[in-house]
Amino acid sequence: MEEELKSLLQDIESLKRSPSDAKALDSIDEMQQRVVRIMNLTKSGASRRSKVKDMSAEVVDSNPYSRLMALQRMGIVENYERIREFSVAIVGIGGVGSVAAEMLTRCGIGRLLLYDYDTVELANMNRLFFRPDQVGMTKTDAAVQTLSDINPDVVLESYSLNITTVKGFEIFTESLKAQGSHKSGRSTGVDLVLSCVDNYEARMAVNQACNELGQTWMESGVSEDAVSGHIQLLVPGETACFACAPPLVVASGVDERTLKREGVCAASLPTTMGVVAGLLVQNALKYLLKFGQVSPYLGYNSLKDYFPTMEMRPNPQCSNFACVERQKKYIQTKPARDAAAKAKMEAEASAAKEGPLHVENEWNISVVDDSEMETSNASSASGALPEGLTHELPSADKYPESLVVGEASPLVDDLEDLQRQLDALNAS
Amino acid sequence: MEGWDRNTKSALTQIPLLSTRAGPRDGAAWTQRLKEEYRALIAYTSMNKAGDNDWFRIAAANPEGTRWEGTCWYVHNLRRYEFVLQFDIPVTYPATAPEIELPQLDGKTHKMYRGGKICLTVHFKPLWAKNCPRFGIAHALCLGLAPWLAAEVPILVDSGMVKHKDDEASSTKS
Repeated sequence: MEEELKSLLQDIESLKRSPSDAKALDSIDEMQQRVVRIMNLTKSGASRRSKVKDMSAEVVDSNPYSRLMALQRMGIVENYERIREFSVAIVGIGGVGSVAAEMLTRCGIGRLLLYDYDTVELANMNRLFFRPDQVGMTKTDAAVQTLSDINPDVVLESYSLNITTVKGFEIFTESLKAQGSHKSGRSTGVDLVLSCVDNYEARMAVNQACNELGQTWMESGVSEDAVSGHIQLLVPGETACFACAPPLVVASGVDERTLKREGVCAASLPTTMGVVAGLLVQNALKYLLKFGQVSPYLGYNSLKDYFPTMEMRPNPQCSNFACVERQKKYIQTKPARDAAAKAKMEAEASAAKEGPLHVENEWNISVVDDSEMETSNASSASGALPEGLTHELPSADKYPESLVVGEASPLVDDLEDLQRQLDALNAS
Repeated sequence: MEGWDRNTKSALTQIPLLSTRAGPRDGAAWTQRLKEEYRALIAYTSMNKAGDNDWFRIAAANPEGTRWEGTCWYVHNLRRYEFVLQFDIPVTYPATAPEIELPQLDGKTHKMYRGGKICLTVHFKPLWAKNCPRFGIAHALCLGLAPWLAAEVPILVDSGMVKHKDDEASSTKS
């Protein structure tokens, strides 16, 4: 193809040199430019950059990582290249998940696991990432196609399945456990799970898997009216799990009763989705590369440009058994954690040994750490939510247990018998 | 429960409540939960039959009881409209309700998610969350599917999106 175009270009060149009138010369010039344009197009289509072995900080146009490695020189990140050792699972490759995947890919993450059961539709085109020519492909395959073009260094795994079904959930947890090529100290095969799903069922499934595996994850969401969103860090046993308290939503700031809910077609905006994906991946990068403060909860209300933050402790009476188990383990390891924290504090203190700030303290004034008091317990959080946050669902009513225990015994207690009874009813 | 009609309310009070908090991955506890599901379904079905208000058939489609299939129907202008009914029990059941599907209506109404999952978000999900783990499949049909059919089928029929099977047969013949 390229050869042919080159010879065509030569032919045009020779035609130009042969005597002819000015008008013909103009059209020959135009033809020449068109051939050059086509040549450039074919070149850009064919050139896929080869893999890069080591991330270089060299500032040249051809280095895909120079601007990222500059984070080290700026003193933001200590060792940026570590990003290649990390594996991140993204559940839900929709408006938020696909953009998060692209951000992590461009950052040069080591391995990405992508989960979704949906296919790309034209109705998705108001959001970022997917292209009209990918309509009909599974979202995971379409994402792998684009992402591997952008950065061939990233190992991509695509899982087209529904994690809320029993079978899908099994494959999901197995794939999280499977160790990738990078051996590291982590208990599962991934360093972080990002939940970018759009429904409660899938969030609860991610929550279940992460509680069982002791896997840290981050949850994200955009409201149905597309004007607010949130991200949340969930460390099993340490912070509230998704089942500890009814999920929070950022109130949109308009009277809920004035909102018309005709049909279930949710609204979406590329802007809100992009903002939430950005907040999510920023928090993920801070968590993985250990810089700045990782937000435990960050809301986004676009109507008022309000960003509420809060912290949630786990609920000791959480209905999720795996969560309660994780909480017990977390409490058990408290002495070790305290010792480590103390050692770290002492090391820091000795490093920065200075004289006391004030030699005299006549009135015994001291600074009290109030972080302990501020963090709220999830079980009592309903009254202590920051302004602008509300619960999405009510919490389960307390129900007198006696009603259950006192059930009469003459009930049929054989599953097959019960099945037959229902079949008989169905048949008549 | 404000805003619910008297019939639904009285039907609801007669469906036995469940007590075991167990999902399909919980082994023996799940079997116990399944028994309770059957008891509730049997009670609800017999009650409907006795009240001449029979409107669905549902049975487990696999031995584990994680997949359920059947039919449901709604009478509008003295004609009966019947639909295939199916759903999976989610791994996080009963914390999350089953997502009831009417696959034949997929794409015919916007009050539905992909794959024919009916929208339960507003009228049913908060109730389910509030009554976990006491509500089961029978309650989901009574409070989730029944009001959905009552609201949507008349609109679907009147707008011509759903045709009665007799009309459909004659229209294909002619």
